[in-house]
Amino acid sequence: MSRVFVAMSGGVDSSVAAAILAERGEDVVGVWMRLVPSGGDIDAPRCCGTDEAGEDARRAAAALGIPFYALDYADVFGERVVDRFVDAYASGETPNPCVSCNQHVKFDALLHDVVRKFGGDRLATGHYARATTGEDGRRHLLRARDASKDQSYALYMLGQRELARIEFPIGELRDKSETRAIAARFGLATATKAESMDICFAPGDYRELVRERAPEAFVPGPVERADGTQIGTHAGIGALTVGQRTGVGVATGERLYVLRLDTERRAAVVGTRAEIARTTYVLTDLQFVAGEPPSSRFATNAVLRYRGIPLAAYVDVDRSHATLDLAAPALVAPGQAAVFYDGDEVIGGGVVARQPL
Amino acid sequence: MDRVYLDHAATTPVDPEVAEAMARVLRETHGNPSSIYAEGRAARAAVDRARDEVAAAIGADPSEIVFTSGGTEADNLALRGVLKVQDGRDGLITTAIEHHAVIDTARDLELHEHVRIDVVGVDRYGVVHPEAIRDAIDDRTSLVSVMHANNEIGTIEPIAKIGAVCREEGVTFHSDAVQTVGALELDVREIPVDLLSINAHKFYGPKGVGALYVRRGTRIATMQTGGGQEKGRRTGTENVAGIVGLGAAMRIARDHRPTESPRQATLRDRVIAGVRARVPDAVLNGHPTERLPNNASFCIPGTEGESLIVALDLEGFAVSSGSACTSGETEPSQVLLALGIDRELAKGSLRVTVGRSTTAADVDRFVDALAGVVARLRDSAAVAV
Repeated sequence: MSRVFVAMSGGVDSSVAAAILAERGEDVVGVWMRLVPSGGDIDAPRCCGTDEAGEDARRAAAALGIPFYALDYADVFGERVVDRFVDAYASGETPNPCVSCNQHVKFDALLHDVVRKFGGDRLATGHYARATTGEDGRRHLLRARDASKDQSYALYMLGQRELARIEFPIGELRDKSETRAIAARFGLATATKAESMDICFAPGDYRELVRERAPEAFVPGPVERADGTQIGTHAGIGALTVGQRTGVGVATGERLYVLRLDTERRAAVVGTRAEIARTTYVLTDLQFVAGEPPSSRFATNAVLRYRGIPLAAYVDVDRSHATLDLAAPALVAPGQAAVFYDGDEVIGGGVVARQPL
Repeated sequence: MDRVYLDHAATTPVDPEVAEAMARVLRETHGNPSSIYAEGRAARAAVDRARDEVAAAIGADPSEIVFTSGGTEADNLALRGVLKVQDGRDGLITTAIEHHAVIDTARDLELHEHVRIDVVGVDRYGVVHPEAIRDAIDDRTSLVSVMHANNEIGTIEPIAKIGAVCREEGVTFHSDAVQTVGALELDVREIPVDLLSINAHKFYGPKGVGALYVRRGTRIATMQTGGGQEKGRRTGTENVAGIVGLGAAMRIARDHRPTESPRQATLRDRVIAGVRARVPDAVLNGHPTERLPNNASFCIPGTEGESLIVALDLEGFAVSSGSACTSGETEPSQVLLALGIDRELAKGSLRVTVGRSTTAADVDRFVDALAGVVARLRDSAAVAV
């Protein structure tokens, strides 16, 4: 029999994912990833990699009667997610830590260990998405059946090699009541924790973390219009995000947004909404689920943020980068992911590059 | 799947005779040992019988046995209790390989009670040298605490010699004997030790009960206040069933020792020989000969302890890495670092501890499984998914 490992966060979704597999009679092993060093403030906000979440995961695994291990991924999380998050903000980009966590921690480090070290065959997670196999044997990545919960955006980096070994058991569930019913059947705690909009490793204001780790990004600089006119000063690049509405020392009466961040001169260039929204973006770090783009130029629906609205676009692929050509202007910050969909299917995606002036 | 349990240093299964003795107390002896009526007297008698059994096993007088909630409390009582009553003498000497129950208590005393701590190092086998203890003692030293044998690497310490040094210098001597009681001959009439920590679940007794041997005349304060049980040294209504279990386990261990310890030593040597044959670059931790009869401890280059434990568990074997108290984090063991073992190598530590139920066939199956797991873990380092 094949053995499937389930990444358990302590939350109800991944617990239910494990329950579905256990009910199917699979040989299920629960793993919880320690993402931050243990100890610390016991009242600190919960996130999936802390001691308390680990306890919840342990209890859920016990309720299901499956083996459970707490594994330490604090080093890789610190380097590939937290450090990169800080570096990105310090260099004027807007990182997506959930994407880096999926890419480097869950579906690289953990998947590797499951398969190579522990002799597992597959890895399941509690993501709301679907992974299916086509007639030609190729794997496909689709939105979750419950569109309101869909998380496929943050999974676009998965290729054939990973998807061959990944499953998302809860992606097939129709709605929340189905999740609750399964949880109740297995005696799992169903109290869904308040869904946090915070970044898990930087509760509250993420800028505090950036300030602490990259103080050089908190040196004041000029606020300028696109024509170079200085209209004020800001407290530091690290606290700004492209697209953010600014109140920074500006009193022109117009609604101004950050248009781009020039880290060399520490300048924040601002403009009106009409000035900043554009139709073309350069994308780097391209990933395609099929391993290659459908063609060098293809029509797609591009999603530019988590749970964002699909926007009609063309993608022109030129080796390692691509040009995203949107039908209507939209705003997205460098560092964010642009994900290509064909209906409910994820084709691939890329990271928005700093745009040429 | 048939499980093979090879982690007897973490804990042992309760002996059926011990479980029966405890169950009988729970069913039949409900009195409070402090009560003067018949039910109380019956409970008191049960506790006293257990006290006799524990005392007899180590050559002590029953009045020298203080029951506690386990090894950790016994260690805390020894260190805190002695340091509290030593007027003007504020020095505590301990070693780099002590259990957390001792070393963390020492650090806490240093931080909060102004106790001066001196941590003596060990040689590459983990042996504490009596002369190093003598060198560390000065006119302010109040207590020396050196474990009888190390829980991770199995090295047996020369506590008779260390005790003799302490006696010559007029210093109180404590030894954490949690790993050795049951496995090694230990008689307080022959070994000059003043305080000795004992923990029932390491020798087929229940969890949550232990004892501190306190040599008559040793000045020690209590850590908690209350009804005055255990002659005021450990107040609180006695865990009667647990204490009865401890007494029974101690008596049984003493009866088994002459045959069981040599039998386990043979199995231990079979583990060591098997691992050397199948994983030739594995390094044996601790002393080559002066080690606990049930302990085989290794560092396996190119592996991590956590992965070893998980992979072996999935194949049906229970072993450990470092000590059970620090699971879930991959910091190398302080004990292994104290031996001068390289940090990277120390991450791949594996402890195998045999017990009463272990057979030669278990050992052979384990060695086979280990060879496979080590090969897979080493391959994984070089391969992507």
